[in-house]
Amino acid sequence: MALLEQVTPAVIFMVALGAVLAIVIALAVRKLYVHEDPRIDEVEEMLPAANCGACGYPGCRAFAEATVKGEAPPSKCTVNSPEANQEIADFLGVALGQQEKVVARLACAGGTHVAKMRARYAGVDSCRAAVAAGGGGKACAWGCLGLGDCDESCTFDAIYMNEFGLPVVIEDKCTACNDCVIACPLDLFSLHPVSHKLWVACKNLQEGDAALEECEVACNACGRCAMDLPDVIRMENNLAVVDYSKNDMASPVAIERCPTGAIVWLEKDRVIKGAAAKKIVRKTPLPIEGE
Amino acid sequence: MSAITHAIPPFLRGGTFAHGVHPEENKHYTAGKPIQRFPFPRELNLLLSQHAGKPSVPLVYPGQEVVRGEPIARADGFMSVPLHAPATGVIKKIELIPTAKGPRKPAIILAVHPGESQEMRYGAPRDIDTMSPEDIIRAVQDAGLVGLGGAAFPTHVKLSPPPEHNVDTILINGCECEPYLTTDHRLMIEQPEQLVKGTQILMRAMQAERAIIGTEDNKQDAAEAIRRVLPKDGSITVKVVPTKYPQGAEKMLAKALVNREIPSGGYPSAVGLGVYNVATTVQIGALLPWQRGVIERVVTVTGPGIEKPGNYLVAIGTPLRFILERLGFRGSSQYLITGGPMMGETVSSLDVPITKGCGGFLVLRPEDVQEQSIPQVYPCISCGKCVEACPLYLNPCQLGKLAVKRRYEEMEDYHLFDCFECGCCSYVCPAGIPLVQYFRVSKAMNRDLKSKAAEK
Repeated sequence: MALLEQVTPAVIFMVALGAVLAIVIALAVRKLYVHEDPRIDEVEEMLPAANCGACGYPGCRAFAEATVKGEAPPSKCTVNSPEANQEIADFLGVALGQQEKVVARLACAGGTHVAKMRARYAGVDSCRAAVAAGGGGKACAWGCLGLGDCDESCTFDAIYMNEFGLPVVIEDKCTACNDCVIACPLDLFSLHPVSHKLWVACKNLQEGDAALEECEVACNACGRCAMDLPDVIRMENNLAVVDYSKNDMASPVAIERCPTGAIVWLEKDRVIKGAAAKKIVRKTPLPIEGE
Repeated sequence: MSAITHAIPPFLRGGTFAHGVHPEENKHYTAGKPIQRFPFPRELNLLLSQHAGKPSVPLVYPGQEVVRGEPIARADGFMSVPLHAPATGVIKKIELIPTAKGPRKPAIILAVHPGESQEMRYGAPRDIDTMSPEDIIRAVQDAGLVGLGGAAFPTHVKLSPPPEHNVDTILINGCECEPYLTTDHRLMIEQPEQLVKGTQILMRAMQAERAIIGTEDNKQDAAEAIRRVLPKDGSITVKVVPTKYPQGAEKMLAKALVNREIPSGGYPSAVGLGVYNVATTVQIGALLPWQRGVIERVVTVTGPGIEKPGNYLVAIGTPLRFILERLGFRGSSQYLITGGPMMGETVSSLDVPITKGCGGFLVLRPEDVQEQSIPQVYPCISCGKCVEACPLYLNPCQLGKLAVKRRYEEMEDYHLFDCFECGCCSYVCPAGIPLVQYFRVSKAMNRDLKSKAAEK
């Protein structure tokens, strides 16, 4: 009995306390309620949940908020299929929006069959580690090392390494998420709309024979492309630079006289070289200098 | 008595630091070989960025004749130094040349006049003892002096600590703990007068009362040679510490010589110290009284792959190919390393020139490397050998695991940026994990991510 007498006040107190707090919480829920558009959750459901950031927003949730607010057209999501984006547009009753497909492009064509190696790199299997160890042994200090940091960074399987040790971007799978651009220690990747068809696949800043000695497909700064299409192409630091703000005027005429095929015209999953570009028939890697 | 002192671990007895490793010294190749002048090549490739900081700005144009010792590039701001012509000749061009680090950098190509006596005609004597500390610091920059121990950090920047730091002691680093290298060893034996003179100049510039020249106990002859020429007032002393790697690191040396701890991320001046390398100090002693600049340096060319190893006085800008062809290298393919085997940079091109920071050049044959290396990388079992070796008390084991998982940002919580890449952890790792290489990648990644975040 004594026990019950002791316990009763405590029980009453706890129940009363619970009741008071429950009322406070119930009031707080009413008072502090934040109205959130229920469509945000639904739109988020329709997004691919890749959280890749290609749309420019920090994740799918933020993008869903932006589309519901009308700040971003649904087509900005590059991971979703166009049909899925159309579904979002229909659901929200907004226009799908015009969004040109953007893909990652590599500014190097120096595979093992055309680019010389000066030394053999042995160490951690990563481009970044190779760059820290004397530049990785490739004769061209600007060229792709082919150890596949970009391949590894790609979450969409849009990059594979070809038989010459160069990464190839599968345009259909590429979502322009920027991961490979960050991964490449030599800054060879950049994002471009597919309408940018004129492309300089080289970053070698040397001219003439100095560049050709290192790689057969290097830009040797002859300047022919800039002569043929002076409005769009200019020579800068011994390299042809395409001014994409004048992309409307770009035409394949610029690639025709390129002696090495460093400047190319890109069609979907196809690289077109000019008629004057020297033909590369070698399929095997070049031997390492001095071995 | 000795039994008692030996029971205490050396780092508690003082005179050294805790942890570290004892790699094979291999100094016998060149330790007994006096410094010899190396012939001039036909062309010198003078990189405009010999040092840490901003590259120098060329003062010459192609076709211009220059005299040995004449300035050919000026400093670009405070974090930069000028460059002087190492030989009389003609400027050929300014072009991009390969560097030890990899990327091509602009360099002045100087065609040396054949048949020229290369007598030193530049420079005039001046009284260094009456100069003010500010003038000395300016003179150090004008001489193009950088840390000749390897980091190539501009010396005048080290001489200008923040005003709240009061430097009372100068430490001269003569430890040369890197295996194979004997540059500083020979300089201490052959040019102790210049070393002492340089130390006195440094003391005046920093207004320090005393200086300690520290060397390891495998270089007793060097300590003896310096003791013979020390000034009588007792302001400079020589201290011999036990041989251990990395004794020559700034932080380790401060701990060993004066038992002070340089704070993480801080400069030695924060604890009242200034640390300078022997080769740098010798150049200060030799150049400043004559208003001259750094045009040559002592380079140890060594290793089992070299026919005639030795210590050579080489003009800055001499291509490696020229040195190797003169000294003869054995076998076909080699491992070429500038600096020592522990912290040196692998070289991927023979056209890399000698720079101010290059104190040694090591050539190993594939068989020498195979003998030592672990055939494959085994998984980490957290044995903790690296933890016991790390002189900074970091946890390389944990850092390595995070690096493999690419959790680079998390590594900063484990003080990634305190690591100075001494290589002790990789050296002791029984699993053959290239820890230091991982850390280099992680640091580069972290820096990249930060700069890219800053861009946005």
